[in-house]
Amino acid sequence: MAIKRSAGREAVESRGWLGAHRWLLARRATQIGILALFLLGPWAGIWIIKGNLSASMVLDTLPLTDPLLLLQSTLSGNLPVLSGIIGALIVLVFYALIGGRVFCSWVCPINPVTDLAAWIQRRFDLRVGSRMSRNLRYWVLGLSLALPAATGVIAWEYVNPVSMLHRGLFFGMGLAWAIVAAVFLFDLLVVSRGFCGRLCPMGAFYGLIGWGALVRVSAVKRRDCDDCMDCFAVCPEPQVIKPALKGEALGLGPMILGINCTNCGRCIDVCSKDVFRFDLRSFNRDVSPEGRDRPQAV
Amino acid sequence: MADRDPDQRKTVSRRGFLGDMLRTACGVGLMGLGLGLYSNRASSLPAHYLRPPGALPEDQFNGACIRCGLCVRDCPFDMLYLGRLGEDVPTGTPYFIARQKACEMCEDIPCVAACPTNALSHDLEDIDDARMGLAVLVDQESCIAFHGLRCEVCYHICPVKDQAISLERQHNPRSGKHALFIPVVHSNRCTGCGKCEEACILEEAAIKVLPPHLVKGEIGRHYRLGWQQKEQAGGSLVTPDAEHRYHLPEGMRYDYGGEGLIHGPAEPDFGGDLLERLNGPGSL
Repeated sequence: MAIKRSAGREAVESRGWLGAHRWLLARRATQIGILALFLLGPWAGIWIIKGNLSASMVLDTLPLTDPLLLLQSTLSGNLPVLSGIIGALIVLVFYALIGGRVFCSWVCPINPVTDLAAWIQRRFDLRVGSRMSRNLRYWVLGLSLALPAATGVIAWEYVNPVSMLHRGLFFGMGLAWAIVAAVFLFDLLVVSRGFCGRLCPMGAFYGLIGWGALVRVSAVKRRDCDDCMDCFAVCPEPQVIKPALKGEALGLGPMILGINCTNCGRCIDVCSKDVFRFDLRSFNRDVSPEGRDRPQAV
Repeated sequence: MADRDPDQRKTVSRRGFLGDMLRTACGVGLMGLGLGLYSNRASSLPAHYLRPPGALPEDQFNGACIRCGLCVRDCPFDMLYLGRLGEDVPTGTPYFIARQKACEMCEDIPCVAACPTNALSHDLEDIDDARMGLAVLVDQESCIAFHGLRCEVCYHICPVKDQAISLERQHNPRSGKHALFIPVVHSNRCTGCGKCEEACILEEAAIKVLPPHLVKGEIGRHYRLGWQQKEQAGGSLVTPDAEHRYHLPEGMRYDYGGEGLIHGPAEPDFGGDLLERLNGPGSL
């Protein structure tokens, strides 16, 4: 993918640094906030939420369960209990509405790690291969479901950097740092956006959940686009942008409908022309300087 | 897949498509093989790591447990831990080490209630039915009870007192007149909580909680213990149910209760068949 050191510079000039990092800051604040909520228990004895991303309990009443993990556990031949199922349903419905991969960009603790690798690549103009297929993640997803069924062990959890890092922060890391470092180096030196964008079965799963999500990024002012390519440079899944941004001639709406859009909002931040904004799915139409709001097929 | 941009869709030859598929399948297959083998190897649990109450058998547990740590959090005594990567425990699964801190056997079993997946089986309703392991007095050479010293700490600390561990009195051959108070574990009541191992006064515990499959023997299925069969049937299963009264040493005979032998001359011959008389009712 295009590497662009200056991505977002024009937006900073036109809107100021804060204005050009609004969604990034909101995302980091959310990630840190969620970690802080989990850490309040073990560090300060304030138990608002306990457990980890695999399953947790909010205020001793609201269960939350990783649906993919519960599915793996069930496939290994063990029926879950009611609180686990309710927790998984809550998570499923939540992400199905606001965008499956919102988990990846707003919650997942690995996201800052791989974002850092991508930032370093942009900043220092490291050109790294991206030949690995973005569809590989569906194979890994299949694998993570097939292995428990075949061997009775939830195999992905033995290497899953997401749960290792998150669990490690509250229950002790052990050597999990090594796995996190491996993901970072893999993304930095081997395959750009390699882990989150090509391997992670959780990302693949959450993407599928968010197939019909209501909240989407929409290139509502795509006619203002000046082809600076900044959005492509910062986007972790740049293939999702093009149909929306450049698809008008093909009759495609401005809404980004690719399931792997993580709703991170970085494209909104870096666009100096304010092309993008978060939108509801029903509102899939252009807002252009010509003043015509054209409804499009969703 | 779903992200593919319609106007970007390149025409792919059948050969190219099949080749790509095969390559990916091979790569993913290799990855699966490695992951499957590694996860199975990494699933073994050393004997002194114990699972919380209600834990499924180890091979099922590593599939059912999603490593959330809610059992650890809901344990009021902070004696559960999650395995860290690099430790000998499957990563992220809960364990405790009896010698460090044993299970307090809460009546409401909060760790089981917290489990979202039945890895800690919610069928466990009475903590006395838990089988986290089985206590074994592994070293009779160092246990001071076998030296005739009164210790009995394991016996007194046991939460299923007098049932999981009892004290059996034995003759003390060293002094000739004292008793040994030997702690004996009964597997049908021991929950494996580890209190005895935690409390053992020795430098290294002589009583240890181990996985039951390592310590339990099993009698051959074809065995029938005669005295149990007789008790169940309410009487002898062979006819006649005669006491063995033959081949006494010379100069001995049964005493009147039939419980032992007494020295002395044989009783006077009352005539008739002696065997008949001995076996008959009311003889002697």
